[in-house]
Amino acid sequence: MAPRDVVITGIGLVSSLGEGNDAHWEKLTAEDPASTVNSERFPPYSIHPLPEIDWSLQIPKRGDLRQMETWQRLGTYAAGLALDDAGLKGDEALCSTMDLVVAAGGGERDGNVDMAILEASTQRKDFDVLLNEKLTTELRPTLFLAQLSNLLAGNISIVHKVTGSSRTFMGEEGAGVSAVETAAARIRSGQSTHMLVGGAFQTDHPDMLLTYELNGYLLRGPWQPVWQRQKSEGGGVVTGSGGAFLVLESREHAEQRGRKIYASIGPVASGRARRSRGELASALSELLDKVAVPSGPVLAISGASGAHAATEAEKALIDGNDALAKRAFSSRTGHLKEAQFPFAIALAALAIDRGAAYPSFDADSEKPFTGKPQAALATAVGYHQFEGMALVTAPA
Amino acid sequence: MANLKDHLGRPVVAVTGIGVVTSLGIGKADNWAALTSGQSGIHPITRFPIDHLNTQMAGTVDFLESSSKGAAALTYELAESAAREAIEEAGFNEDDFGGPLFLASPPVELDWHDRLALFEAADEETSNNRVLSAARRLNSPEVFESTQFGSIADRLAETFGTTGLPITLSTACASGATAIQLGVEAIRRGECERALAIGADGSATAEALIRFSLLSALSTNSGPPSKASKPFSKDRDGFVLAEGSAALVLESLESALARGAEVLGILRGCGEKSDDFHRTRSKPDGSPAIGAVKAALADAGLSEDEIGYVNAHGTSTPENDKMEYLSLSTVFGERIKSIPVSSNKSMIGHTLSAAGAIEAAFSLMTMREGVIPPTINYDNPDPAIDLDVVPNVKRVAQVNTVLSNSFGFGGQNTCLVMAREPV
Repeated sequence: MAPRDVVITGIGLVSSLGEGNDAHWEKLTAEDPASTVNSERFPPYSIHPLPEIDWSLQIPKRGDLRQMETWQRLGTYAAGLALDDAGLKGDEALCSTMDLVVAAGGGERDGNVDMAILEASTQRKDFDVLLNEKLTTELRPTLFLAQLSNLLAGNISIVHKVTGSSRTFMGEEGAGVSAVETAAARIRSGQSTHMLVGGAFQTDHPDMLLTYELNGYLLRGPWQPVWQRQKSEGGGVVTGSGGAFLVLESREHAEQRGRKIYASIGPVASGRARRSRGELASALSELLDKVAVPSGPVLAISGASGAHAATEAEKALIDGNDALAKRAFSSRTGHLKEAQFPFAIALAALAIDRGAAYPSFDADSEKPFTGKPQAALATAVGYHQFEGMALVTAPA
Repeated sequence: MANLKDHLGRPVVAVTGIGVVTSLGIGKADNWAALTSGQSGIHPITRFPIDHLNTQMAGTVDFLESSSKGAAALTYELAESAAREAIEEAGFNEDDFGGPLFLASPPVELDWHDRLALFEAADEETSNNRVLSAARRLNSPEVFESTQFGSIADRLAETFGTTGLPITLSTACASGATAIQLGVEAIRRGECERALAIGADGSATAEALIRFSLLSALSTNSGPPSKASKPFSKDRDGFVLAEGSAALVLESLESALARGAEVLGILRGCGEKSDDFHRTRSKPDGSPAIGAVKAALADAGLSEDEIGYVNAHGTSTPENDKMEYLSLSTVFGERIKSIPVSSNKSMIGHTLSAAGAIEAAFSLMTMREGVIPPTINYDNPDPAIDLDVVPNVKRVAQVNTVLSNSFGFGGQNTCLVMAREPV
């Protein structure tokens, strides 16, 4: 134990399963949970859409809500849950010195405007002029602000008054890995005492599926659990909407204000395997060495997406280590892209805090874990690029 | 013998390589010659038709191979060109840099022409999912990668042999400064001996221009394009959209001296403070920008009296220049009237995600060359902004320390303090 250990004191979760820690724990430990998969919205693809959310619970001003599309609302909402959970909501002094790192993609385009332009293009030969004509007249002026990657962080500053510093990392799962890794490094080195870190992904928009499917990454046809998609049609990924934010503090900072600590974050390791040269398996093995998993049974909260090559490599690594019992939460929530790694860390911390493991999400592929997890591995192996792992441990 | 640790006991961070591309040209030499002769890179837009557009000029980079190939391709080429120049100057292997990469670049989106191609290739007659339905048959790794936010950095990492997971970041118009800050912090934490920080932006598409235009952020000046960007002038009416890139090789002073590298300058301090007032406007009292400047000075271990020149954010929007003056005059008091403050954007326009990095590069060159680039188009001073803007003509001056400001949408404020020599 050291004063600058990185500890988790707040967790904010939203997914197709619901919102908040209790709802997630309940749904994820249920024996026979109801599926949240929707296969009608974007056939032949399935998604895990958001449940009904009363945004005003975390974003009280209607003016703020109007400036955001769902992605920003989702992230701002999850960030608010984490701040509440850490007892920081409304604490002006602590929020004004709090550092923020957000893992973000981009916000939703106006699908109607885009479609109108594409449909009009069939009657015209001057597409670029048509583009100018339609975009200048039909785009909502403030929509840009609902799309810019760093404006999720901007909205968190505006709505929750988190204003120490604000940085947005981009780059799919890797952005979430770097966000957690950098936040932890800043706390350990004394560059920061308390941080808000996380991300959100809203999949319920054709463009959000498009960015996977341009390389054939999505599962087509009947839904399967994450580990069983190797032989199914398509690329194996089923996406979901969700967000995960964590309040991270130095142990000293958390103890001084007498806060409950869910868990500590131990080593965080990240990498960029040169997958085209077949280096993913060895790179993942090196990451696992770096996070120094303790001996004895360890729960592995896997962010595996179902993407064939990445998932197969991760499965081989984990199954090759008898001590690890894997749980791929995307079988329940769908793949949350930038939020994937923060979500994995959050679920690892919850299991440690509640003193129990999640039951198998896929009994054919995930072995039982009995007893009280003292440590949990969190992983995010990018569907296309970048990898990360962290060890989450009991608070003391 | 220079101190290898700073006032807080952290490794001192030196700059040992610089690369730049702007609308003024490729490389430091061409850019510096143009910048110090008061030349503008702003020109009429030719990349796309200007029908229906209120703004018809920009500082686009039109002379690279990828200039007409979309935002992702151009942003990559801009970043690669600047990084190659910087790494070569620093004397590292061009394919084995051996330190982490921090890339400031614009958020990516499917290019409109690719979207149109998908629409035309789809079988379905009408459906909102029509574009999606053609996606998996396109079979174009290039188009796929242009939609992945991490792909430009991934390619750069592959090309230059940077280590670890490359970080791609956005803090809007402060991004370039944030990339440098991340590199500085990594070296200070002892995670690496050197880092590559790049800001690159090749995203001046029609839609980008229209988006900024709809927010009334752009100049609609219909006179000569070169006169459109006029920071601190009374008749300034918005910024000019532009492209460019800069790369800095950041290195612990200890490592630079040990290998006998030439030290081009010192990254003394970084400061930031976010604003919770509004998505595009600053808090009226300027406190976040003031806080960022003060944080950078404190991080650098310097007092207000020790700044010799300010490389302003100076966008030429009515709001920014007024607020920047308010924050500078609050921090520096009466002395601000005697500190030269100039805006590179008067010549190169606003290079968005790249601006902070490009302006840091020019700040370092200002100190090395002993020449302050001017603020051009300063024909009609704003009486409410009482600054020495180095009007219209460069100034020969010994500059030992520079403050470079970067402010962006979403309440982003990041400031860098650089010094000519180690102490």
